[in-house]
Amino acid sequence: MKPMKLVMVGNGMAGVRTLEELLKIAPDLYEITVFGAEPHANYNRILLSPVLAGEMTLQDIMLNDVDWYRENGIRLHLGKQVTKLDRRLRKAYAEDGTCESYDRLLLATGSNPVILPIPGKDLEGVVSYRDIHDTNRMIEAAGHHRHAVVIGGGLLGLEAANGLAQRGMDVTVVHLAEWLMERQLDRAAARMLQRSLERRGLKFLLPKQTQELVGENGRVAKVRFADGDEIPAELVVMAVGIRPNTALAESCGLLCNRGIVVSDTLQTYDPRIYAVGECASHRGTAYGLVAPLFEMAKVCANHLALLGFGRYQGSVTSTKLKVTGIDLFSAGNFTGNEQSEEIVLHDAVGGVYKKLVIENNQIVGSVMYGDTADGAWYFQLMRDGQAIGEIRDHLMFGQNHLGNAGHLGQSKAANMPDDMEVCGCNGVCKGTIVTAIKEKGLFTLEDVRKHTKASSSCGSCTGLVEQILASTVGGAYTPQASADKPVCGCTDLTHEEVRKAIKEQRLLSIPATMKFLSWGNPNGCASCRPALNYYLLCAWPHEAQDDPQSRFINERAHANIQKDGTFSVVPRMFGGVTSAGDLRRIADVVDKYRIPTIKVTGGQRIDLLGVQKEDLPKVWADLDMPSGHAYAKALRTVKTCVGSEWCRFGVQDSTRMGIDLEQAFWKMYAPHKVKMAVSGCPRNCAESGIKDVGVIGVDSGWEIYVGGNGGIKTEVAQFLVKVKTPEEVLEYAGAFVQLYREEARYLDRTVHFIQRVGLDYVKKRVADDAEGRRALYQRLLYALQGEKDPWRERSRQASDSREFETIEI
Amino acid sequence: MTQWTKVALLDDIPRLGARVVHGRQGNIAVFRTAEDQVFAVEDKCPHKGGPLSQGIVFGDKVACPLHGWTIGLGDGCADAPDEGCARTVPVKLENGVVFMEL
Repeated sequence: MKPMKLVMVGNGMAGVRTLEELLKIAPDLYEITVFGAEPHANYNRILLSPVLAGEMTLQDIMLNDVDWYRENGIRLHLGKQVTKLDRRLRKAYAEDGTCESYDRLLLATGSNPVILPIPGKDLEGVVSYRDIHDTNRMIEAAGHHRHAVVIGGGLLGLEAANGLAQRGMDVTVVHLAEWLMERQLDRAAARMLQRSLERRGLKFLLPKQTQELVGENGRVAKVRFADGDEIPAELVVMAVGIRPNTALAESCGLLCNRGIVVSDTLQTYDPRIYAVGECASHRGTAYGLVAPLFEMAKVCANHLALLGFGRYQGSVTSTKLKVTGIDLFSAGNFTGNEQSEEIVLHDAVGGVYKKLVIENNQIVGSVMYGDTADGAWYFQLMRDGQAIGEIRDHLMFGQNHLGNAGHLGQSKAANMPDDMEVCGCNGVCKGTIVTAIKEKGLFTLEDVRKHTKASSSCGSCTGLVEQILASTVGGAYTPQASADKPVCGCTDLTHEEVRKAIKEQRLLSIPATMKFLSWGNPNGCASCRPALNYYLLCAWPHEAQDDPQSRFINERAHANIQKDGTFSVVPRMFGGVTSAGDLRRIADVVDKYRIPTIKVTGGQRIDLLGVQKEDLPKVWADLDMPSGHAYAKALRTVKTCVGSEWCRFGVQDSTRMGIDLEQAFWKMYAPHKVKMAVSGCPRNCAESGIKDVGVIGVDSGWEIYVGGNGGIKTEVAQFLVKVKTPEEVLEYAGAFVQLYREEARYLDRTVHFIQRVGLDYVKKRVADDAEGRRALYQRLLYALQGEKDPWRERSRQASDSREFETIEI
Repeated sequence: MTQWTKVALLDDIPRLGARVVHGRQGNIAVFRTAEDQVFAVEDKCPHKGGPLSQGIVFGDKVACPLHGWTIGLGDGCADAPDEGCARTVPVKLENGVVFMEL
């Protein structure tokens, strides 16, 4: 079949992103032609400010150079403006007569700066701030002239003013409204911003209306205001707003209303013609920030690829000013109304202002100045529509970063020098991340992880990396709402949607699931297959088909792979109690198989390190002890203190309780590892406060805590319920882990699960609803019924010994 | 002259899995895809030497078990932006028997 012809008019970020997305999913569907009015290929418009300020060059901000178009077989017409569309013949004509016919047309014509209709607007030295050409004119003027006036105190105007000041000009910002950035900031935050810019030498006149630009010998010389004042100006920058560029669309009769009107599939009223980016008007809104444009690009590409699913439903946007050293963030409805409430923190001397606007127990807007560390977090809470009731009392103080390890306790990226390490796992400094974001044109956390490795291992510095990303790319960065995060790149479906389908459709195998849900790649990827395998086994115990090839090697080999390819073996010691016989056998095994290292673990067990893979089944057989599941997303260990049997302070038999818990729930697979502990008195020697399930004995019974974590980020477990008997401990703890097994996303620990659904929800399901609790507990017991010890299984019959044997030749 | 050596039956290799062939050239991982294609790659990730044979196989790629680099089975090379290649070994499948060129 001959490929269809796709012509794109406009060569900016939104359009080219659409092509990139399209090439990813349907590389051969179209023969693509691009018209760009500018003589440059696609560059990162967001970074014009650093170019103006002299921090970067055009070469640094190129996203796709001419070679990219050639490599992807795209015909590129640079410096050619399309002036006529013939929709009947399906042809696009450029000024110089170039003509291309199309099957599909993509309009990405962007927007034009608004030029005030005042006398003198055409004088030399009067520029707008929109593209690289404008930027070069401003840089040129800065080299020869002294006085610059920027008309417009919005985002763009302030970035222009800051850049010109950094190039040594005397800059005055003139603004019509009463305060700066009135569409993004409230008065208080704007005042602080203004003061801090004034300290950098910028001057402000506001509210002030410009009446006329006065020239001398053809070049602008003065700005005259409505009140009669005048100031000198050899350069005037008009940054009073942008207007969607709809001229071409209107000339061929497409419906426009402050933008080219598009549907949720980004189609105009002529279904062969699509529009994306700043030129499009979607549900009455034309977006001027990059994040929504990228979301549009994804949907549009999907539709162009004839996949037909995916709708663009509008974006919630946030703003960040890209002026080095000034931290400012705003999102949503920050002015509030009669129904909304406000939480405000204002420290004028310390230079910190934070305001959260709350409606119906949800964040609907925020403004932050001076300390924007938690901007991304608030934004995410807002996009997810998460109820904030439980965290309201400490919401204003931000997400607690205090437990993070590996970056000197830093929680504010702005305070970090360039050479300070952000990612302690991969040794990545702040400067490296900033450079990669700028040079490689990165916009998402995933991109940064791929290119720099920062936050790609343990993830504890994710918050810092997000901050760095947000302050480098400004409004272009949107943290993805976790509610609609797809499982992986193979599907657009969320974890919840996949689990629902597995349950409702009674899907019993990975191939059946992938087929039913139209998975993007025939056998998925290394991210989704383990998740699917777990979801299937959790939904249909004893029925779903376990697929060893979709398990990580540790779960396939029932041992932990080490850096040299050998494995470690941790036998189970229920409740941390062992015997002379077990210890003797362990010693014999170590001698017989020449195991190089024996280590006592943090979970009160013994780790045998450096075992050859082919020895594993024999080691298990000789040990004759149960598997410790130290290798699995499963119940690991139940740590105990000595308890009332020996301890002079103990009030409960914690050792017995721990053994009972471990014997009841071992062999239990889960979305991630599960650790438990039982302490025999509130001195809590078993550290129950940092376990997924922590039990603390008190004189009158047992307290149960959940969602603790001693790892990447220390999280203190939260009180769930107090019970009287050991049987109740088993039932409540079992019901909680079953709830976690059924509803948490794969690889989320209990703490993440509780953060997402709220502790109140967990209490309701486990503590308040007696019938529901028993049902949960019964489902767990059913799932565990007849579950085999994998070591005993393997060492006895060696069912698939191929896993452990090498082929010798 | 090319010397084809029989190394295994196709059935000896789990689908979407691998076997390790130990010989004079060190360890070679022989992979079998979902469509029963076979590939042979040196069992050593270009990143930190992880045993690729132990990774999860999908499409014609394998994810290294140590740090999750994705390695193409056809050319042994890491997916961008990671860089590096493991050596590949010619391999062929005839009547359910896997031969490797040694």
